Amino acid sequence: MNSRIWHIAANTFREAVRDRVLYNLIAFALLMSGAAVLVGQISIGIERLVVINLGLTAISLFGIVIAIFIGIGLVSKEIDKRTLYTVLSRPVQRWEFIAGKFFGLSGTLVVNTFFMAVGVFAALLYVSHRLTHADAGLLVALYFIILQFVIITALALLFSSFSSPLLSAVFAFSLFVIGSFAEDLRGFARLSHGITRWLATAAAYLIPNFSALNVISQVAHETGVSRQLIACNTAYAAVYTLAILSATALIFERRNLK
Amino acid sequence: MNRSRRIAMAAATTLVLSLAVSALLLWRIDTIRSTATLDDTIYLTSPKLLKRLSLGYNGLLADIYWTRAVQYYGAMHHSGGSDYKLLWPLLSLTAQLDPHFTRAYEFGGAFLAANPPNGAGLPDRAVELVEYGIRENPDNWHLYYDLGFIHYDLKNYPAAADAFLRGSKLPNAHPFLRTLAARMAEHGGDVDTARMMWTTTYENSPDKDIRDNALLHLRAIKVNQDVSTLEHLAEVYKENFKVFPQTFADMVVAGLLDGIPADPTGHEYKLEPGGKVIVSNPDELPFIVKGLPPGYVASGVLKSKPSK
Repeated sequence: MNSRIWHIAANTFREAVRDRVLYNLIAFALLMSGAAVLVGQISIGIERLVVINLGLTAISLFGIVIAIFIGIGLVSKEIDKRTLYTVLSRPVQRWEFIAGKFFGLSGTLVVNTFFMAVGVFAALLYVSHRLTHADAGLLVALYFIILQFVIITALALLFSSFSSPLLSAVFAFSLFVIGSFAEDLRGFARLSHGITRWLATAAAYLIPNFSALNVISQVAHETGVSRQLIACNTAYAAVYTLAILSATALIFERRNLK
Repeated sequence: MNRSRRIAMAAATTLVLSLAVSALLLWRIDTIRSTATLDDTIYLTSPKLLKRLSLGYNGLLADIYWTRAVQYYGAMHHSGGSDYKLLWPLLSLTAQLDPHFTRAYEFGGAFLAANPPNGAGLPDRAVELVEYGIRENPDNWHLYYDLGFIHYDLKNYPAAADAFLRGSKLPNAHPFLRTLAARMAEHGGDVDTARMMWTTTYENSPDKDIRDNALLHLRAIKVNQDVSTLEHLAEVYKENFKVFPQTFADMVVAGLLDGIPADPTGHEYKLEPGGKVIVSNPDELPFIVKGLPPGYVASGVLKSKPSK
């Protein structure tokens, strides 16, 4: 990463912290501690399951909300405040600005996820009294959740590069929902015929595949995740993010900012 | 080429290449996760809970569950599946979310009643589903007809007659129901009764899938009769010539047949040693009980849609 991207990323991270983004950790801590204490009193034998399901789901949803709502303002806010012109008047390329914003928000989400993960493990320790080897599977689920955040951050940036914040949020969230049903869409494509099949297949491969990145249930039931899937998901998230960032750079490069 | 243009070109190239690679990776992920993605699970099985969660949009939710039931049935049938374990819960949820969803009873009853690989082989559940439909929609004569049909498949002719009779008493019922009720009471197990029922279905159902299904049953009835007749004629040939015929041509020469016989799909029957008659395309005749090749296992996959 060159120093210009690094500086923009660091500033984006600082700005997110200043915007009190990390305050969500308080809500998360309350949720996890409440779940850990209450679940043992209202259920039998599923404490660990509930803590994992609730914890990982909360991490995922909190992160997605942050990625979308911060991501959509990354470009538009700079334009509104006119700080973008100051940045671009320096020897900074537009694509470097996009890359810096992307890495900055991704970094924020990774830090946020790290603290939430600590909370999940603490709650797990509280309900199970010990951590087992199987709990290491949570790290894979957390890693996949971070990969989701990376893709969503890129998507939010893409929409933010040409649309208003409100519409960007709607687009990004819609794509997240659609992407969560990507496998159903591919299933539908397999069952359909003719032009519908072609269109459904094309759409299924074009939209982000979030369903493959969700292994929360698998991990909660201590079903292993194959190394091959980890490798493929990593490569997929990297390549897909690169595609979205390229599209963002392409649009932003051609955008008239005057 | 200026710098901005170069960057745009590089970004466009990266975009296209990345999307292509991501599609390949996605395909690879699908192959890794093939079992996981098609995992048979219904997470919410309580209709009451589902109704609450749907915030009053239970009609839409019923549509979604119905679509899922159809896709599930289609996928299982396509793969020649023998265990349709989710079909009943999916149909039950659909019906309870929207009790006036008559399609679910009409098709669902047929899906549940038929034996694998054409259905779940759960006729009792089929009866339960359609009875529920009748309780919720007592004025719909189609449901009585469907119920009678399921009982007929179960060879429970008195129950079938009763269902047809109950349906025939409705003010808007098809007049044929009364005939069916009488016929069922007197000659429930006859081939002629079966033919009459499927013909009625074929001629009266507005739905193409149901008509196609009726056509397949009519073809099966025809094949079953053809095979019995041809095997009987082969026995007659043996009585006359002391050996079984080698081919149907021998029977034509002997004056027992007018020509080489063919099944309703147009394929010629095959004459096996010992005078046994088999069909050459059993996959296209899913409901036949006679003329099946030795060791044949139904694939559940129809190669072509039936045509009249």
